[in-house]
Amino acid sequence: MEIAFVIEKFIFITVIFALSLLVAMYSTLAERKIAAFLQDRVGPNRAGPGGMFQPLADGVKMFLKEEIIPTQSNKFLFIAGPSLAILTACIGSAVIPWGQDIQLFGRTIALQATDINVGILYIFGVVSLGVYGIMIGGWASNNKFSLMGAIRAASQNISYEIPMGLSIIALLLVTNSLSLKDIVEQQHGFQWNVFYQPLGFLIFLVCAFAETNRTPFDLPECETELVGGYHTEYSSMKLGFFLFAEYINMFVSSAVMATLYFGGYNYPGMDFMNSLLGPTFGPLLGMGVLFIKIFAFIFFFMWVRWTIPRFRYDQLMNLGWKVLIPLAIANIVITGLVVAFVNGF
Amino acid sequence: MSQSLFYLAAFLSVFFSLLVIFSKNPVHSVLYLIITFFTFTIHYVLLNAQFLAIVNFIVYMGAIMVLFLFVLMLLNLNKDTEPAKSNLLKMAGVVAGMCLLVTLVGSVKALNVSNPVVLTNPGLGLVKNLGKVLFNEFLLPFEISSLLLLSAMVGAVLLAKKEA
Repeated sequence: MEIAFVIEKFIFITVIFALSLLVAMYSTLAERKIAAFLQDRVGPNRAGPGGMFQPLADGVKMFLKEEIIPTQSNKFLFIAGPSLAILTACIGSAVIPWGQDIQLFGRTIALQATDINVGILYIFGVVSLGVYGIMIGGWASNNKFSLMGAIRAASQNISYEIPMGLSIIALLLVTNSLSLKDIVEQQHGFQWNVFYQPLGFLIFLVCAFAETNRTPFDLPECETELVGGYHTEYSSMKLGFFLFAEYINMFVSSAVMATLYFGGYNYPGMDFMNSLLGPTFGPLLGMGVLFIKIFAFIFFFMWVRWTIPRFRYDQLMNLGWKVLIPLAIANIVITGLVVAFVNGF
Repeated sequence: MSQSLFYLAAFLSVFFSLLVIFSKNPVHSVLYLIITFFTFTIHYVLLNAQFLAIVNFIVYMGAIMVLFLFVLMLLNLNKDTEPAKSNLLKMAGVVAGMCLLVTLVGSVKALNVSNPVVLTNPGLGLVKNLGKVLFNEFLLPFEISSLLLLSAMVGAVLLAKKEA
């Protein structure tokens, strides 16, 4: 392994990390602006032009708040909870291909941190790990509302991981590969997987909402019943980490959905644009297209949050177990039959 | 390089599995068990079995241990709610444990110690090879184990229905 390769990867990972934090930071502003737009208000507009510096003001506020650790809590786990939440949120983006190989300073650089051949399962594993931060934090607070929130988070995540995994299986029947790079390359141009797997995409989308604890599935932090859910006892930056992890999760799951179903960095007429712009700016344009898709998904997440009210807990479980899982299994069977038929048995 | 990594991972596995047994708080025990499973994932990666590694990660760390933690949090085990065991039971436990130890030592001694690092077939753990092996050579055991899981699932659903 040459030293230039290590430096290149180091810079790339740092850039991706900073970018996801930046997007998550401005998602908090976007959330409030979109909420204001949907409710016919102005939204935050005091800090900077059009409220541009509001995330910075929020960050400073979070850092300067008093740090409270409850006396009856388990101190180590109380701190470990939010740390785990933000860690698992950040490592998910490692396998996402952000663009085609790019020519930069005479070197060909892959716009992907690592292309492991089980990339899609890695994402799935990180998602399933995400619940530990919430569970540990909720339990260590030694508060019944926190514990209820933690238990809800655990049961919700386990329930929705099943249809999510099943919808991925149907996708894998089409793509024949577990590597995200391969899956994106197969969707070259406009052959996006969403046209082959519309039902699978819908199931995956609903599960992504549940896995990121977004409305209508935000029962773990349902403030009308549970005060603040799993982060009732948290203050200062530890609360900030929990809230921030949700936005990073939203960014990563938007990127995964765009990659798996909406062609990633592919767009119609990309060959023509690539030949026009050359090997440096062509892939950059592809990366821009991917980010437009990601922002569209993030907007969709927020749009749903301010449109649809929260589910009741039994409705959430019924939807997961009695609607999504049978639908996902039917999707696998139909996909398998079609694939077998197309390949001539 | 990979040999020293193996020794580090092996040390961590043993260390955390000891902590699982020795920690008083059951929730801490489960958390140590999760770390132990994570070190197993490292072992699988060292053996170039990426699929097994990631499945161990998803199934054991991500699903089964969440359920363990879930149940323990609901039970809220404390010192005073712990049932006191009689001395006879403790004695029986010691005897049974010793017997297990003797059996384990005997079986380990009977094994030929293999080279822990060098792989005979480095590509065996990759997804494609694993799938081919499962669906060609071990098709019958694979199907039977899936039937077993299905029957366990049906049984669990039945048990849950009776309660309600």
